[in-house]
This record gives sequence, structure tokens and C-alpha cells, in this order.
Amino acid sequence: MNSSSTPARAQAPDDAALGPAIWLILCLIAALVATIATAASRDALFQFEGYIFIAAFVLGSFGLLAVITRGGFPGQPDKYMDGVIKAGAIATLFWGAAGMLTGVVIAAQLAFPRIFYLPDAGFLNFGRLRPLHTSAVIFAFGGNALIATSFYVVQRTCRARLFGGLLPWIVFWGYQLFIVTAALGYLAGVTRSQEYAEPEWMSTLWLVIVWVAYLLVFLGTIWKRQEPHIYVANWFYLAFIVTIAILVLINNAEVPVSLLDHRSYPLWAGVQSALVQWWYGHNAVGFFLTAGFLAMMYYFIPKRAERPIYSYRLSIVHFWALIFIYIWAGPHHLHYTALPQWAQTLGMTFSVMLWMPSWGGMINGLMTLSGAWDRLRTDPVIRMLVVSLAFYGMSTFEGPVMSIRTVNSLSHYTDWTIGHVHSGALGWVGFVTFGSLYCMVPWLWKKKGLYSNALVEWHFWIATTGILLYITSMWVSGIMEGLMWREYTPQGFLAYSFAETVSARHVENVVRLAGGLMYLSGLLIMIYNLWRTIRAPSTEREAVPAVAPIPAAAE
Amino acid sequence: MAGSSWAAHGRLERHSLLLLIAIIVVVSIGGLIEIVPLFYLENTIEPVRGMRPYTPLELEGRDIYIREGCYLCHSQMIRPLRDEVERYGHYSLAAESMYDHPFQWGSERQGPDLARVGGKYSDGWHRDHLADPRSVVPESVMPPYRFLAEKDLDYHDVAQKMRTLRTVGVPYTDDMIANAVTDLRDQDNAFAGGAGLHARYGRNVNVRNFAGDPERITEMDALIAYLQMLGTLVDFSTYKADAPANQR
Repeated sequence: MNSSSTPARAQAPDDAALGPAIWLILCLIAALVATIATAASRDALFQFEGYIFIAAFVLGSFGLLAVITRGGFPGQPDKYMDGVIKAGAIATLFWGAAGMLTGVVIAAQLAFPRIFYLPDAGFLNFGRLRPLHTSAVIFAFGGNALIATSFYVVQRTCRARLFGGLLPWIVFWGYQLFIVTAALGYLAGVTRSQEYAEPEWMSTLWLVIVWVAYLLVFLGTIWKRQEPHIYVANWFYLAFIVTIAILVLINNAEVPVSLLDHRSYPLWAGVQSALVQWWYGHNAVGFFLTAGFLAMMYYFIPKRAERPIYSYRLSIVHFWALIFIYIWAGPHHLHYTALPQWAQTLGMTFSVMLWMPSWGGMINGLMTLSGAWDRLRTDPVIRMLVVSLAFYGMSTFEGPVMSIRTVNSLSHYTDWTIGHVHSGALGWVGFVTFGSLYCMVPWLWKKKGLYSNALVEWHFWIATTGILLYITSMWVSGIMEGLMWREYTPQGFLAYSFAETVSARHVENVVRLAGGLMYLSGLLIMIYNLWRTIRAPSTEREAVPAVAPIPAAAE
Repeated sequence: MAGSSWAAHGRLERHSLLLLIAIIVVVSIGGLIEIVPLFYLENTIEPVRGMRPYTPLELEGRDIYIREGCYLCHSQMIRPLRDEVERYGHYSLAAESMYDHPFQWGSERQGPDLARVGGKYSDGWHRDHLADPRSVVPESVMPPYRFLAEKDLDYHDVAQKMRTLRTVGVPYTDDMIANAVTDLRDQDNAFAGGAGLHARYGRNVNVRNFAGDPERITEMDALIAYLQMLGTLVDFSTYKADAPANQR
């Protein structure tokens, strides 16, 4: 089956496991199933999603056919598999630009509703674009960054090629297909209405298949490792992959209206549905946007600073405390709701406790620069990584404060929450991703360095100013709106109508738009810089795999 | 003692499956303790009078509410705080969303809470407001939904939707499912009388031409029918908020 695709090497059976021909057959079967389902359905939105699947599987078949005609997929068991990581880095930049542009558009809609709504294009309304924005930045930008860096880090720290032959590429393209079906689905009106879990059952089912393959690639590479210890970054990646699988399976437990209908109804209703959703929602933050990105921190900061991790024991304590405590925090999204108070109190207590492991991680990252603090001045990439940790520290302090019931009674339902999310998303997740990409792209494409450090400086300062404008405007807007809602006249009447609190936020909405535009501009500068880096002549060095700092063996 | 536990951790670092199992155990504890009791503790959802499943037209309206992403800007959860109760009405009860698969409590208020918007405004106001929000609320940042009034409601699968909801626990009867299409058409017809609807769903069902055009059933009809019933079901004259069973 795969005689020509991989060199015959008995000690590397995984590289010969599944040849492109098997994948081609699977892809053709999938195309056939999608075609039959689309043709049989009476549901226009189901058919719309069906066409996307058909197109993807047909394109995938052509791609696999091209691989086969070129003589199969080269196994190269003695080399790292970097092609899929390069593709992941490019996808991260592309989806980042798309997702942040969508964010700028919906910010413009809230600031200038008379200009940015098109009555004849309902699919561009705020309600359709907002899930597109959140999913594009979290799952498309963040997800591609996580998959690409995890493939990079796990190979280097295990000193082993990625497991599974073509499987990493299947994971990459399968994940892009999930993104496209979800994103175009939102525009067309396909949604489950659960925040950050909006894709309907067809897309979710596909995601589950891709995710199992991802776990297999990651674990398989760890099994092949040439190092006795599993490096700390890989603990975080593993916790992220496994926990996201558990969260998605339980929060998406649902019954489709029919196998040919896009609509489904979840098993859980009302108060149970709310708690399951926010158990999922907060741990999407905890495990997707925190654990996964902490893994990036644990590899790229020590590599870039050329220092070992500050404390191996702190990383152990911080890892287990973080994953144990995070999972409890969900109910703080439901303070003063119809959720029983014991559950709210548990959620609040653990959210406050969460402050400690969060700062443990921040301290471990920051102190890794001990003895190399001068790099903050000379290396803008290090500065970006360090500032990401500063924002991580800030938002993981703000979070526990907002989870206290009395604070939450003011902040809940207001823009304060939006600002909090963005200080974490733009400051922490965005900056640690940018920093990692600035490290990884020259390493991957074997360049001496970046095309321009000055452009990194521009990116850093424009984006940082943008974040500050964003979060300060949302603090003002959120606290003002919360106070206006509860303001009474001396006679004991509510002082403001709801509409007055909307118009009062106009200036803040405009400032937020400016902040978002600056952040997007920074990303565009980065894309230009990395594009010029990739096109620069190669140095052809780096024959020896770079060995990451490995924690000392436990004695 | 401490030294040996660091050494024990060394085992996890060398065995990926042990590490994997340890992660699964550690992340499962919190979720199990918080979520599982909600399905067993009887006082999670208070006993009330008046809750009923959505009528077919309201159900289709709710699906449009979901499709358009209304939940992203409008909450449906009034908190027991003085200003909220005065602004929106009685605080929301767990029972009021017991048939919501999934819940629509929302997480932010770019627009006002809608948990009790039913009956607060006229159908005509909703029609104008949905078509062009700034024509009635100049400060509004809401998108226009004129296209809802131009689009016929697609309800070919409404009975199938009700059957699906029954499998996940909504008490739709065979009678309700068999009459789904008739009930849907009757509810948007001022001259139908709605006797069947009232027999199946109780007195508390609005029957009229919601969006005004008696010739067609549009998505606007369904959405307004849904909005006009929100928060109107529970009979608060028989609900004793201070009763020990309701103190959670």
C-alpha cells in the first residue's frame, strides 16, 4: 500500500502506518457520504454546510492524488516534520487577520450603527458576526497557533519526528475545514446559541474526529521520544488537548432534529444547561487560552532568553494546581442567577483561589529572565513575551476580583467583562502567540533572524497602545453602565432608562474601535515582517536538532 | 517525605499514560462535584404553576432568535437586585427556563434584558422596532431585521423538532405533535379562535396576526409570537418567594 511512500525502516512503523492511498479512499468515501446527505436533505442550511464538506473532500482528494503521483509522502524518519508547522504558522496569521478584522467591524457597528448596518445584508448583522469574531480569534487564530507550536515543541523536546506519517497534515487540513464550516455557518445562521460552542452538530462531529487524530499525533510523538522525561510544556499541551475533548463532548451532548437537518437540541435544559455551558466556557478559557498558551511560554521564553526555567518545582505545583482549580470556576458566570447559591459560592471560592496558581505561572515565566533582563531593552521579541506575562498577571488578578459576588453584581452584563476578556486575549494570548511566531518563523525557515527588528518595535508599541485604549475604554464604559443601571433619583425612582445607558457609551465604543484598529494594524505589520523574513535568503545552518531546556531529573 | 513526592512526580514525567490518567482524574473532580448534584437535588428547580412547552409558532420564533444571535446582546435572566426587579419585573426563576434547550440567559446586555418582555410592547411596536430599531429608539445600536418580515417561515420540520425535544425531556404530547402544523397556522390567525391551541397548551397562548399580514406566516410573525410570551407563563399570584422550598 505504501511501499513507495516511506523508506522501509523496521524501527519506524508509524511513519509507514497509513499511506496517502488509504487517506485518498477515506476522503472519497467522505465526499460520497456528504454528497448523498446533501442531496437527500430538505434543509437549506444543512445543504449549505454539505456543499462546504463536499468541496473540501473533493479538494482533499485532488491534493492526495497529487501526493501519490509525486511518488508518495516522504517519510524521512530522521528529520523533524516542519512543513505542517509552517502551514500552521501561515494559517495562524491569516485567521488572526480575519478574526480581528471581524472584531473591528462589529466594534464599528456598535459605535456607528447608522453607518455599519446594511438592512439588505442580514448576514452581516452583529448577531451573525460576533460568533464569527470570537470563534475566528479563539479557535482559528488561537487553535492554529496551539496546533502549530505544539507540533514544533513536542518534536524538539522529545527529539522525535511527529507520529503518524500523513496524520499531522490530516489534522491541519481537517481543523481548517472545521473552521470554515463553523465560520460560514454563522454567517448563514447555523448556530447552537451557546457562546464559544456555537458550531452545530455536523461541524462538532467533524471536530471530534480531528481532535482524536490530534491527540494521537501528540501522544504518539511522546511515545517515540528520545528523552527520558516529558518536558513541562508538553504536560500543558496534553492537559489542553485532553480537557478540551472532555469539555466539548459533554457540552455538545445533543440530539439532531434529523440526520439531514442542521438543527439540534442539547440534552440539558435551563439551569443545568447554563452550568454545563459555563463549566465549558470558563474552561475553554482555562485550557484552550491558558494551559495551551502557557505551554508556549514554557518553551519559547527559555529558548529565546537562553535560560533554564526559573523553578522546576514551581512548574509542578503550578501545573497541577492550575488544572485542578480552573475546572471549578465556571459558576462565577452565573452569580445572582437562578443557579443554586451553593454552586455560585463554590465557583467564586475556587475563582479566588485560582489567582495563586495563575501568578505562580507568571512568576515562573518572568523569573526565567533572571540574569537576562537586559534583553528586554535589546530584543523586542523578548519584550513582547514578557509583556504578555504582565497582561496574564493583570487579567488573572482582575478575574478573581470580578468573580466575587458583590463585584460581579456591578460588572456582570456590562462592558467590563468584554474589557477583561480582551486584556487576556489581546495582551496574553495575542502577545505570547506573536512572540512565539517571531521566534519560530526564522527557526523554521532557517533564517538568521527577522527581516526587521524595527518593525517588531512598531508592532509592539502600536499593539500595546491599542490594548490600553481597548481595556480602559471598556472599564469606563462597563463601570459607568453598571452604576447607571442601579442609580436612583432622590425620590426613589430609577434614574436612567436603558436607552440612556446605551447612548452614554458612545465615546467609549469609538475609543474601543480605535484600539482594535491599532491592534489589527500591529498584526498587519507583523505579517509583512514575517513575509519578508520568509522570502529572505536561507542560511542553511541548523543540522543538529536544538535541545530544549529539560527539567532536572527528580531526585 | 517532600523529597519522595518530587520523586513520585518523576514517574509521571516518564510515563505519558500515567500523566494522561492523572490529568483526567484531576480535571474531572470539580466538574463532577458541581454539575452532577444539579440533576439530583430536588430543590434546584422550584415548583411553579403555569409553565408549559413552547407552541409550534413560538418554538420556530425561538429558533429564529437563536439563529440571529439575539442572545449575544440580550440576557433573559433578571437578577434579584432592587434595580433589576424594578426595571424588568420579578427576578427569573429556574423553572422559567426548564424547557429551554439550551438556556438563553445570555452574558451581556448591549440591549435590555428580555426575560419578561412579553406583553410589554404592542405587536406593532415590535414590528417597527425589529424592521428599523432607530425609528422607535433613536439611541439604539441594534441591527435592522427588515428581512424577517419579507421571508416566509419554513416550518416543514416543526413536528420533528418537537419530537426531538420530547426525547430530551420536554413534555410534548402525541396530540401536540400530531397537530403541530395546524396549531402553528392557527396561532397566527386572528380568526381561527385557537380553541385547539388553548386545549393543548392552556389559556395562556396569544392568538392573533403578530406581524400584521394575514396572508402569510413570516419569520417576523414567529419571532414576535416568541417575544410576546417571554416571562408571561408563571403564575406569580400562587408563587411564594419566601417559602422555605424556594430559598436556595
